Amino acid sequence: MGQPILEVEHLKKSYVNNVPILDDVSFSMQKGEVVVIVGPSGCGKSTFLRCINRLEAIDSGVLKLNGVSYENEKKNISKVREKIGMVFQSYDLFPNMTILNNLLLAPLKVQKRNKEEVKKEAEQLLDRVGLLDKKDNYPRQLSGGQKQRVAIVRAMLMHPEIMLLDEITAALDPEMVREVLQVVLELAKTGMTMLIVTHEMEFARSVADRVIFMDKGNIVEENTPEQFFDNPQTDRAKQFLNSFHYETVKK
Amino acid sequence: MDFEFIREQTPLYIEAAKLTLHMALIGVILAIIVGLVCSMIKYFKIPVLRQIVECYIELSRNTPLLIQLFFLYFGLPKIGIVLSSEQCAISGLAFLGGSYMAEAFRSGLDNVPPIQVESALSLGMSKSQVFTNIILPQAVSNSIPAFCANAIFLIKETSVFSAVALADLMFVTKDLIGIYYKTDEALMMLVIAYLIILLPISLICSFVERRVRYAEYGD
Repeated sequence: MGQPILEVEHLKKSYVNNVPILDDVSFSMQKGEVVVIVGPSGCGKSTFLRCINRLEAIDSGVLKLNGVSYENEKKNISKVREKIGMVFQSYDLFPNMTILNNLLLAPLKVQKRNKEEVKKEAEQLLDRVGLLDKKDNYPRQLSGGQKQRVAIVRAMLMHPEIMLLDEITAALDPEMVREVLQVVLELAKTGMTMLIVTHEMEFARSVADRVIFMDKGNIVEENTPEQFFDNPQTDRAKQFLNSFHYETVKK
Repeated sequence: MDFEFIREQTPLYIEAAKLTLHMALIGVILAIIVGLVCSMIKYFKIPVLRQIVECYIELSRNTPLLIQLFFLYFGLPKIGIVLSSEQCAISGLAFLGGSYMAEAFRSGLDNVPPIQVESALSLGMSKSQVFTNIILPQAVSNSIPAFCANAIFLIKETSVFSAVALADLMFVTKDLIGIYYKTDEALMMLVIAYLIILLPISLICSFVERRVRYAEYGD
């Protein structure tokens, strides 16, 4: 094992009334690894992702990207965020720009890259997710699943070293979930390092190298997907996984 | 209806309409500038200035334009500041309109969803890049309808300018009624004059609204 790409040490975070959202979470991941975080609502998994790219202020703890800590970074936090791509649950495309301009904005403004080159890359990626014909459309003209695929491409275009996916299919119709997760699976195949929060257990099982189960602001269990889904070690995880089965709930 | 009278007096109305429009346009433009500055101060929560802006907005929104004009025209000379009728009218309109425009633009800024800011930040954009590329364009598009409504409202408010001895449309109308007692004709011409001024502006506004908001809302 080499240098971990991302390290989180003793991360603590609470909102008002000192109710801890994240209670001393430590975690690290290697380059190329796909880690899936599952857990009940309100367990802190989304907050955890948001803390990692510092959209939420943290109370204490250490955050390191490639061994360089950035938890106190102020001026250059945007440099760090450049390397951490993030896709959110609500389709967060910029509504006043065409799909292509949504994609080009950050590479041109932030990385000052050559427009023709970025445009070519953007079109290639759009083609790969099957949306090249939508490049001149506005976000409102796309379905939720299509918007989410564009959001993934938009993050990819920045060439991040790691991607954070925060329940990206939670607001989608079941049929659209598939098309989005397909894109994520392909991304995983290319060796992209990803930290994924999801409620899609079957997807978690197929994409993950490692599954993390969180509850009440803590990592309760950490295992390979086979071990975790077939043979969970903790009672809390068993209970959680059981809630996805309906055989026992008969009319 | 005395059409001969109407024909004779039309040039008078044209002159008055020119004056009204002239005052209104300068007033509205100043109001927009005041409004933009005030909304920025509120949005960025600049200390001290922010409290001053709050006070200004409450004072300006909660007093009638007529009273504001009286204050400028009759009040200020008492402390040695003498303004002409035109200056009073324009600064009165800018004073009133500034607060309306400020609130319109502030609500436009406030209505940009936080997720827009967060996703722009997570793409590595700096705070100032997020403001100019994401927040500002969306805020402008959000506030265009309120901006237009305020502009039309302010132009209509010019009808109180006659109170500070400005020969605007209202002034001419009251004059004609006083001299000739042709109430129906004079009032009808007043209404038509305002419609001729405001209808095109209203049409331009809805055109601008459609163009600016096309991306987000379609036709």
